Amino acid sequence: MSSLTYDDVVAKYEPVLGLEVHVELNTHSKMFCSCSTIFGGQPNTQTCPVCLGMPGALPTVNEKAIESTILIGLALNCSIAPFSRFARKNYFYPDMPKNFQISQFDEPICVDGFVDVEIDTDEGVKKFRIEVERVHMEEDTGKSLHVGGATGRIHGADYSLLDYNRAGIPLVEIVTKIVPGTGRYAPEVARAYVAELRDILRSLGVSDVKMEQGSLRCDANVSLRIIGSDVLGTRSETKNVNSLRSVERAVRGEMIRHAERLNNGDRVVQETRHFQEDTGLTRSGRSKEQAEDYRYFPEPDLVPVAPDALWIEQLRATLPERPSIRRKRLQEQWSVPDKEMSAMVNADVLDVVEATVLLGSDPTKARSWWLGEISRVANEKEIAIAQLPITPNDVAEIVVLVNSGELTDKLARQVVEGVIAGEGTPAQVISQRGIKVVNDDVALMKAIESACAAQPETAEKVRAGHLPAAGALIGAVMKETQGQADAARVRELLLKHLGQ
Amino acid sequence: MIKKSAHEMSQALAGGEITSVQLTQQHLNRIASVDTDVHAFLHVDAEGALAQAASIDAARSRGEKLGPLAGIPLALKDVMTQKGIPTTAGSKMLEGWRPPYDSTVVTNLKSAGIVILGKTNMDEFAMGSSTENSAYGPTHNPWDLSRIPGGSGGGSAAALAAFEAPLAIGTDTGGSIRQPAAVTGTVGVKPTYGGVSRYGLIAFSSSLDQAGPCARTVLDTALLHEAIAGHDPRDSTSINAPVPAVVQAAKSGDVKGMKIGVVKELNGDGYQAGVRSRFEESLELLAKAGAEIVEVSCPNFEYALAAYYLIAPSECSSNLARFDAMRYGLRVGDESGASAESVMNLTRDIGFGREVKRRIILGTYALSSGYYDAYYGSAQKVRTLITQDFEKAFTHADVLVSPTCPTTAFKIGEKSNDPLAMYLNDIATIPVNMAGIGGMSLPCGLAPEDSLPVGFQIMSPAMQDQRMYLVGAALEAALLAQWGAPLLSQAPVMGGAQ
Repeated sequence: MSSLTYDDVVAKYEPVLGLEVHVELNTHSKMFCSCSTIFGGQPNTQTCPVCLGMPGALPTVNEKAIESTILIGLALNCSIAPFSRFARKNYFYPDMPKNFQISQFDEPICVDGFVDVEIDTDEGVKKFRIEVERVHMEEDTGKSLHVGGATGRIHGADYSLLDYNRAGIPLVEIVTKIVPGTGRYAPEVARAYVAELRDILRSLGVSDVKMEQGSLRCDANVSLRIIGSDVLGTRSETKNVNSLRSVERAVRGEMIRHAERLNNGDRVVQETRHFQEDTGLTRSGRSKEQAEDYRYFPEPDLVPVAPDALWIEQLRATLPERPSIRRKRLQEQWSVPDKEMSAMVNADVLDVVEATVLLGSDPTKARSWWLGEISRVANEKEIAIAQLPITPNDVAEIVVLVNSGELTDKLARQVVEGVIAGEGTPAQVISQRGIKVVNDDVALMKAIESACAAQPETAEKVRAGHLPAAGALIGAVMKETQGQADAARVRELLLKHLGQ
Repeated sequence: MIKKSAHEMSQALAGGEITSVQLTQQHLNRIASVDTDVHAFLHVDAEGALAQAASIDAARSRGEKLGPLAGIPLALKDVMTQKGIPTTAGSKMLEGWRPPYDSTVVTNLKSAGIVILGKTNMDEFAMGSSTENSAYGPTHNPWDLSRIPGGSGGGSAAALAAFEAPLAIGTDTGGSIRQPAAVTGTVGVKPTYGGVSRYGLIAFSSSLDQAGPCARTVLDTALLHEAIAGHDPRDSTSINAPVPAVVQAAKSGDVKGMKIGVVKELNGDGYQAGVRSRFEESLELLAKAGAEIVEVSCPNFEYALAAYYLIAPSECSSNLARFDAMRYGLRVGDESGASAESVMNLTRDIGFGREVKRRIILGTYALSSGYYDAYYGSAQKVRTLITQDFEKAFTHADVLVSPTCPTTAFKIGEKSNDPLAMYLNDIATIPVNMAGIGGMSLPCGLAPEDSLPVGFQIMSPAMQDQRMYLVGAALEAALLAQWGAPLLSQAPVMGGAQ
């Protein structure tokens, strides 16, 4: 375990970040052919001569992918190059059908943008500007499944299986310039940047941005330098970072690991490292000491991309509200304190809360359901809220039932639980579970009378003004009504009945 | 019938003198009788060809409207994919591979009703000028079986010269259509880059490769050109514009008032005497037909060969990376415990021939970081200079001309161990590919010293392919008037009386 504390690290060193984010676009067809991009198909069923790299097959560009990339560039405040080219990145790997990847090299489609992020700190909200160097298009590779061996890695495997369904899916790579000046907040800034990017991409509707499915992947480059130095340290590149939380953990972990090496007089090795979700540590991967030579050259099978200036302006006009601005607007509309707002953003419930509010719920109730019970279940199951079978529609319906007194808070929780468990809509859960608020005062009075008859002494005590004794009678009524009565109403009726 | 032109065969078919099945069978018989000597074909699809011929005959008897080449047999260079038909590109790497799809050229041939007889021999992956680099043995020149038929498309050219097919498809990266046409006394055209789809053409050098028509007459070549050309959405470098009116030009042959530019740098030293004299005589014939002969200079052509041998190998080093035994073709060393890397290495070691390896190594080196600017980068600049030379020359002339090759067909084995001497054979054809313009070679006689065919090259500006057909048709007519019969009638008789 580490002997250094994080405070020790940031007291001596300044971290410098560099973040590369790969985004799978959600186009219906692949980057260079018309094969489907649907996730999870049977292996090698979504392939054709083009994406299998058959001899003679040629790529043609998916215009929708170019449009999505330009939208991303515009949303990240980039300039859109009037002329850009695809290039071949040459290296041999079995899951890459042509043994070169069509990518972009020195002529990317979008350059020089930025993303502003805010993080909560003990010193209040801090703002950082992350400069984006480039946004470019490329094709994804296939997937290798290494069978046998202990690690699931190619070394030591008995054999490997190749699935080319993913080969040729459009990817956009967003690369930041180096990010200095984040100091002790580097891990949070990295996380906030990826979160902001994800929100922007989602608002553009260009990607599913599911980190757990790999449609948004982050490689975190970290290096340290002694505070005050202007010489960059050696960086490591951490891959396999599959959640926002992991981005933060990976950066923090690497900062500590680098600092330990530097303090011990060791040098940091320039290499790829793999993040381990269970330990939060990284494991050494491919060394990059000998820079790989990808022999880039312009892709001769594709003509240059020269988007029309008018088209770019038309796309700019369709840009949705920037997520950071939207957050401010919602916070104001809902009158939510900063902390609550951050909690909602962190729990990733902003979209669902807004949808619930738009369906007529009041913001406080909508928020408390999504942030409370529903988030709790999602956390318990360790899945995203979006993966639970409950929708804003369901929550809005439940809020309406609570407001009209048809459900108590306690019963509403049972309904939510049922919907989350996949038992159907709130109405279905209510009817199947036989949940019904007993708000019929006549029925309640009957139960109260019988409770008083069964416990005459207790009833007398209450009648005499000893109110705590009422609890036993209320309990009996609740038992009688199988917990479906509104306890507050029972108490009210009981006390009235006993002359209090 | 097999010695007639495709155009004449077409008239015979239309007039009911012969059926496509009969015509196809005659060619299959010819192949059976001469191809053991010539070795133009790597695969003959007799069954498929006869079935296709039968369906054309049926369509004709139903009175359907058919294209001008419907029912005419054709030889297809083995670099073009044809669904279900073995396609090797002359390499052991693809032995036994049957493509799951048709190239666009094949699709166009089929829809034109052209009967595909089979696949023709070629230098491995189209790398060579003699067809000696085929993994399946060389093709022999019908004019002299001890000589090369040119390359890489030697099989297609030899098939035409040996009357095994009246039409053929070639591909031309640095002269692979025109040089074989020149040394076999046939006609071959490299259209403007992008004029014919490359989809399904197994790539050697993507920015230079261009499929084109081969035949024994200028008109037949034009008819085939129109059948295969046109925009293809599956090839992003394909030109989205109407096909130049090449058939009309080939029928016209009117060169009155045209300016024909003789490229100073593509003649003289290094060109065989008989090649030069036949070329000069052809110029006189064109002048007599009413064209004006001018001299133009293209100073940067001097660097064309050097630049070509950086660009083409660079692209091929990348294009041929896909041959890794993972998905199709040869797989060597796939034993239990072997890593993917070792299977890839062994397969590429055994599967590629010497010339292919040489070019992959050259190209890998030229693209390497630290060398890229000096090699690939400089070569691209030369390419621009060559294009500018052409542009300038075309302000002085409507077409440019030169001998197609410096020499007539050399002996098999003569240059196999001297790649540079082999490369020099393409010195006059390479500039056309570098600039992406059109080029034609047509026979202009026999060199007196060896009685072997000499090729006359005509170059036209991009998308002005009809101009080379005008000039080609004019020269062909003038030469025919002089000879009294096509040049090929002077070739040695093969395969007994036909």
